[in-house]
Amino acid sequence: MTGADPGATMPGAPRPADAISMKGIVKRFGSVVANDGAELDVIAGEIHAVVGENGAGKSTMMRILAGLYAPDAGTVAVLGTDVTGWRTADAIAAGVGMVHQHFMLVPPLTIAENVILGREPTRGMAIDMPRAVAEVQRVAEEFGFEMDPHRRVADLSVGEAQRVEILKTLFRGARILILDEPTALLSPPEITELWRVLRRLRDSGGTIVLITHKLDEVMDVSRRITVMRHGRTVARLLTAETTPTEIARAMVGREVALMGAAPPAPSRSTASAGLSIANLVVSGSRRERAVDGVSLTVGAGEIVGIAGVEGNGQTELVEAIAGLRAVTSGTIALGTRDVTRLTVRARAAAGLAHIPEDRHRRGLILDYSIADNLILGDQHEYTKGATLDRGRIASQASEKIRQFDIRPPDATLAARGLSGGNQQKIVIAREMGDEFTVLLASQPTRGVDVGAIEFIHAELRAARDAGKAVLLVSAELTEILALSDRVAVMYGGRIAAALPRAEATTETLGPLMTGATLAGSAAS
Amino acid sequence: MIFAFLIQTLRIAVPYLFAAAGGVVAERAGVISLTLEGFMLSGAFGAALGAFYSGSPWVGVLCGALAGLLFGLLHAVASIRFRADQVVAGIAINLLAAGLTRFFLKLFFDSSSNSPRVPGFGSGAGTSLAAGVFSNPLVWMGLLVIPALAWWMYRTPFGLRVRAVGEHPQAAETLGVRVKRVRYVAVAMSGLLASLGGVYLALDQHQFTDGMTAGRGFIAIAAVIFGRWDPARAGIACLLFAAAETLQIQLQGAQLIPSQFVQMIPYALTIVALAGVVRRAVPPAALGRAD
Amino acid sequence: MSTPTARVQLEESLLPPFVALLIAVAAGDILILSFGQQPGDVWLTMLRGTWGNAYGFGQVLYKATTLIFTGLAVSLGVRAGMFNIGAEGQLAAGGGGAALTGLLFPAATPALLVIVACMVAASAAGGAVGYIPGALKARFGAHEVITTIMLNFIVLGFLNYLIAARIHVPETLHTPALATGFLTRLSEIASPFHGSAANASVLVAVAAAAVAGWYLFRTRAGYELRAVGLQPDAAEYGGVNVGRVWTKTLALSGALAGLGGINYVLGYKHYYEEGFASGAGFLGIAVALVGRSHPLGVVLAALFFATLSQGGLAINALVPKQMVEVLQGVVILAITASVPEVRRVLQLGRATPRAEHV
Repeated sequence: MTGADPGATMPGAPRPADAISMKGIVKRFGSVVANDGAELDVIAGEIHAVVGENGAGKSTMMRILAGLYAPDAGTVAVLGTDVTGWRTADAIAAGVGMVHQHFMLVPPLTIAENVILGREPTRGMAIDMPRAVAEVQRVAEEFGFEMDPHRRVADLSVGEAQRVEILKTLFRGARILILDEPTALLSPPEITELWRVLRRLRDSGGTIVLITHKLDEVMDVSRRITVMRHGRTVARLLTAETTPTEIARAMVGREVALMGAAPPAPSRSTASAGLSIANLVVSGSRRERAVDGVSLTVGAGEIVGIAGVEGNGQTELVEAIAGLRAVTSGTIALGTRDVTRLTVRARAAAGLAHIPEDRHRRGLILDYSIADNLILGDQHEYTKGATLDRGRIASQASEKIRQFDIRPPDATLAARGLSGGNQQKIVIAREMGDEFTVLLASQPTRGVDVGAIEFIHAELRAARDAGKAVLLVSAELTEILALSDRVAVMYGGRIAAALPRAEATTETLGPLMTGATLAGSAAS
Repeated sequence: MIFAFLIQTLRIAVPYLFAAAGGVVAERAGVISLTLEGFMLSGAFGAALGAFYSGSPWVGVLCGALAGLLFGLLHAVASIRFRADQVVAGIAINLLAAGLTRFFLKLFFDSSSNSPRVPGFGSGAGTSLAAGVFSNPLVWMGLLVIPALAWWMYRTPFGLRVRAVGEHPQAAETLGVRVKRVRYVAVAMSGLLASLGGVYLALDQHQFTDGMTAGRGFIAIAAVIFGRWDPARAGIACLLFAAAETLQIQLQGAQLIPSQFVQMIPYALTIVALAGVVRRAVPPAALGRAD
Repeated sequence: MSTPTARVQLEESLLPPFVALLIAVAAGDILILSFGQQPGDVWLTMLRGTWGNAYGFGQVLYKATTLIFTGLAVSLGVRAGMFNIGAEGQLAAGGGGAALTGLLFPAATPALLVIVACMVAASAAGGAVGYIPGALKARFGAHEVITTIMLNFIVLGFLNYLIAARIHVPETLHTPALATGFLTRLSEIASPFHGSAANASVLVAVAAAAVAGWYLFRTRAGYELRAVGLQPDAAEYGGVNVGRVWTKTLALSGALAGLGGINYVLGYKHYYEEGFASGAGFLGIAVALVGRSHPLGVVLAALFFATLSQGGLAINALVPKQMVEVLQGVVILAITASVPEVRRVLQLGRATPRAEHV
């Protein structure tokens, strides 16, 4: 069996309203409830946006629809048929295709091999490769993709790879296409190209479900919107009749003050530079120049926020400053001291503190006790000869547990068992509990509860007020705006713009984050 | 002289070719195959047992292959169903094969060193070495196993799925490929293929002797890595290693280089390949990860 | 204070060996029955022949000694997140190093001096063999599993060359015997041990276990080593040079395995003989696995596997001693298969946020 004909009209759907109907969906992972009675209705032939904050349960919902998970409760109907609990293969056969946030492509294989995988056209026992290539080419041309099916996926750009992903679903005759955060890693021209492809698909009778949390995209391409929050469906809106503010309110569940949330920072002298970076170039795992000539200064007593879509070099920038990633060229200085070639430990000794973006991978040793985690990086200070000074480790642990209100207050517990907020408090207590002059705070409130967010924000402000230089990197624009004295926007490895807090708003920053220049944003 | 050299090389290479083929299949599917030695040993014993009781070498081949298949399935169940550490499971399989063949040697043949003489292929004494080698169907199978495997890996749907599963199992899963099933089949095949190397040894020597594979399974692993997990390149590595051994045997009188150093060649080359002195050998991305 | 997490961790450590033991006994029963014997009789004979008399117990101690060294060697690697499959070659190198060093001394040399020199040589030889894969991993990312396996063959080949082509007693594959530097046999102190090979090396082994425990759990180096094993990225963030820890740990691991060579060379035969390691290196993996890579667990597991090995000889009249080799394989397979399973089952009752799915 080979790819169905994507040009065919949709097989007689009984009512156009029933392309997808998901009702009362519940899905738990251990103690975490991802979906808690969520609903979704998609009309055939529309582009439907599913929006919500990180962790609202959008991806889980879509994975259930695509047959990757079975729901714990609720029903799923596609084109009027109850398909609850179906498997991936069933979904594919019924014309439901999913393009995942993290590409599901096999890098060493060719485009053609990736596309036909799982339903290879055969001649005798062998794959009929000429026919496969011809079919891949035909489907590609039909939707205006230009690609050589013999190229290896490993050699493709992000945009090209995504087109292969879409091609995979079209080759399988997908009439319902689910895209999970498809623009997260795309450049603006690639995004434009994606919208062109999706509209063309819709015009030929396809149905598209788009998961995103970017409101400009929603307003741009969707016809209807489903808003999710805390695993539930909280609003269904017609795009033409709503506004970004209304969507945002539904997403967050309260009036969002996108602008002016932070009290204007008192103007202070930035004469003494805490952190200075000049012409920094750093290579990343995916890109040669992930950080491409960044110059930036953070003064003592100042919070500089770095805004931007994730994957634009923020991670590499922070790792380079922290000493975790080699610098290709450029310099990093703490105060007046050049630390570009120093080790992690030497930088810490020079006054650098670092809240890493991923506490489960870097920030904590999950199987170590709270006490042992509180000395990570300072282990050289807590020794007596060759051995660890257990007495001092324990006393400083109980001190910090009290000071930072880490719960449960038992220093012998493994960090793994704590809540996200309390885990992050361990990191904060360790990094901010002792002397430092410069703080790197990367996604400091990711995955923590509201109470902990307030606590962490207060700590960051207190550090600034105590004269520390703070570099804040966050994917949450609201967080950047709530804390920063100055805002820099990173795009494509460069600082697209640096604005004083007063000029930084969602309206000015949004276009910059997607690659517009300052002049261009004024025109748009 | 050169002809004799080639014949001898081929004779030594056949078990390597079978075992390396088995190693390529399992590792390309993402399952570490330190098990080749055990698979070969079980195949050798199965062959001797089958040939002894039936009087036919072909029954020996069947029994040897069956033994390899069973050990392959055991490794598959441990590594895939129970997500055992594949390195440890491989070592356990090797110990188990060594122990079981010894135990059964005692049980069936009441010996702690070797089986009685069993019928094998080849026309026996008196004929030339070449005639003996070429009248052995396992030699032909050994020569064909690499091209057949290459065709299967690169030209058939199942081969494509094996390659996908070893690199990015989640991607294969989202396309409806049954990842676990592909791996089960690949590891079982690996057991079967590698066991034929042991079958060849037992039938060539007309008996099973304790520990007769003598590290050949590890040479085959060396060939797999040195051949960068590609069937053709692994096959060439097998021939290369066998040629080095032949050279060493033929130069034994000359004492140019101590034989021990010649025997180290495959192992040293593998380390060099892994360290990437020429071009780094990069394993399949999902190798050793059960989930 | 016994916290829920601590209890779960303890269960996670102790359940797999227990499950493996049950499976091994069941497998043993089948093998015993296949030979027409009564399982109960055979197990009892095995116990009597090992822990039931001084000679048998002495042999258990002797065999456990080498296994403690190799088990500690493998454990140290596991704690740093690495698999040292090379203990076999490191042990042989240690034995060879000890013997070659001991041969340098004339009979009049004080025994203690020779013993110390041989111990240093054994550790150095094993450590050098361990250092190579560590450095290759740190420098080139070469996977230590393959490099240690390959080095086993290279080291054994090199030792074979030394013994076969250079220094050996004619008609044998061993070196001449040392003139001095022998470790005291247990039988010299307590006569019932007569005939058993147990010697003072067992004290060195227990001391090594104690030092390893101190190093792993009490020192800063151990804190960093375990951090590298659990989460190398977090260790790097904590200022630890991960590559250096890898190299250092595999060198130490090799040194521990190499030191095990004194049990045979200084304590038993007083020469290096080819094949004296005879699988003790590989069995060290089983010991580390059953002992959960904890020095105390390693000592107990070494005693268990030594009992099994010596027990094989005790039951040979009833069932072929090869049965115990099968059981070794069964234990390893069962334990490695049950570790993830036990963790999974225990975690079902534990709240584990899986944020990546939400």
